[in-house]
Amino acid sequence: MRSRPVAVLCVVLLLCAVLYMTLGAKGAWSFVIPFRAGKLAGLVLVAVAISTATVLFQTVSGNRILTPSIMGFDALYSLLLTGLVFFLGAQATIQLPPMALFGLNTGLLMLGAVLLFGTLIAQTRGDLLRMILTGIIFATLFRSLTAFWQRMIDPNEFQVIQVASYARFNRIDTDLLPLASVLCLGAIALVWHRRRQWDVLALGHDAATNLGLRVRLETVFALLLVAVLVSVSTALVGPVAFLGLLVVSLARLVDGSETHARLLPIAALISGITLVGGQLALERVFALSTPLSVVVDLLGGLFFFFLLLKGRSR
Amino acid sequence: MISIRNIDYDIAGKAILRDVSLDMPKHGVTALIGPNGAGKSTLLSLIARLLPLQHGRVTVDGHDIATCDTAALARILAILPQIQDAAPRLSVSDLVAFGRYPHSRGRLTDQDGAIIDAALAAFQLTDLRNRALDTLSGGQRQNALLAMIFAQGTDYLLLDEPLNNLDIAASRRLMAQLRGLADEQGRTVVIVLHDINYALAYADHLVVLAEGRVAAMGNPEEVVTDDLINRIYGTDAAVINHNNRRIVDVGP
Repeated sequence: MRSRPVAVLCVVLLLCAVLYMTLGAKGAWSFVIPFRAGKLAGLVLVAVAISTATVLFQTVSGNRILTPSIMGFDALYSLLLTGLVFFLGAQATIQLPPMALFGLNTGLLMLGAVLLFGTLIAQTRGDLLRMILTGIIFATLFRSLTAFWQRMIDPNEFQVIQVASYARFNRIDTDLLPLASVLCLGAIALVWHRRRQWDVLALGHDAATNLGLRVRLETVFALLLVAVLVSVSTALVGPVAFLGLLVVSLARLVDGSETHARLLPIAALISGITLVGGQLALERVFALSTPLSVVVDLLGGLFFFFLLLKGRSR
Repeated sequence: MISIRNIDYDIAGKAILRDVSLDMPKHGVTALIGPNGAGKSTLLSLIARLLPLQHGRVTVDGHDIATCDTAALARILAILPQIQDAAPRLSVSDLVAFGRYPHSRGRLTDQDGAIIDAALAAFQLTDLRNRALDTLSGGQRQNALLAMIFAQGTDYLLLDEPLNNLDIAASRRLMAQLRGLADEQGRTVVIVLHDINYALAYADHLVVLAEGRVAAMGNPEEVVTDDLINRIYGTDAAVINHNNRRIVDVGP
């Protein structure tokens, strides 16, 4: 009965999606359906992007506590966006179509991810404490630089970058949805296609090399994919610190096997349920009294402490 | 044949290996001995491309390890890796199944299944096949890793101090198994050993490393003498004859 958890999770996600689309709808369906469908698609896309990026990052870094957000991936995204606005200026940025800006930013993040995290992982793999410390320093540095630049630029220009600095699930940037979907689905397809390689990579540098994997190349490739996925989710909803950690840890509890063929879909389903179900509850039940990101980060943060204290880091 | 030419290796400016050139014959058991810090593990890691070569050249059956396809090399040569706590919840049979990855890229065939079963049986793991790695003892985990590279089915097997976690019965069983691989299947085993007595009893060929250089090599019976032990290890243990076999007497 190994496929049972997947089936149950599918049903729950479907239920959440249907309720999200229909519950409390006022007015013409011809408006409600496309309006909500856009937001739902965005939520699901972000959910899958974050869970996949987290699984992949944990595989290449060889631990179960760190996630792209904790290591400052999305902070780097905001920093690069701010830097673009700062150096290009308001006029240039406004003239750029949002898609071009998004594409440029994604490209820069991929470059930054490989340069920074590629070397970091090569040097500190297996040294969890050093990695956490470096990640925290990176993330803080990126956020401080972002804040510094944001203070220096024109208030009008500030609007452009403000959206990339706060998590927001209520106003998903649906303009970017087509390009984001293509990038995200492409990246996920590649991750899924190489799921057996990731299983081998998870054994560590020596064992993977012995089995004939080009570890350095695979690590760089994985980081590129993580950068694409983080770009998509950050561009659509902004940074969410602990969602990835929460859903991937839950997925590991649901399924004890270490194979990516099972971990990736289960984490994606749990992530989708958390975001769609959470947004459903907050929009319809709690009438938007609390942003979803606050709840997710609170739960995820508690879970992070729990994992650290339990010492089950690897 | 593994042939090593002019290898130098430095770590942080400190010389680990200096001008090492030697040939390890195909078929049979080659033991690598030497005092702590002589560079034995480094040499093994370089042959298995776990460390990048800094200077010199290594070929395995004529394949230059620096340039040949690493996936193809994984079907010729296997090294016993250290994975102390990676993937702790992996089951024993899943770990052993990774040994078939170089051949089937993760899509296991019936033939792979049979090889995995044989590897599990050879290392007394059949009853433990569904146990997670973190529930095993150190010796059992080592056996699981050995079964993995056994299933890899390579002509060359490199082992770095595999007797470390094993008691005398398990050590002798493993050495006899390696002997069998060499004698019955014509495989080549290169093994780093600390205990010279195991090298004397089981190896066909001996390489002695000291301070990053080859100090001696050849037939174990001829290489291991009172003088060598005194010179290399700086201790005066006597080499004695017992039932036509040489043994190092470790008594005072």
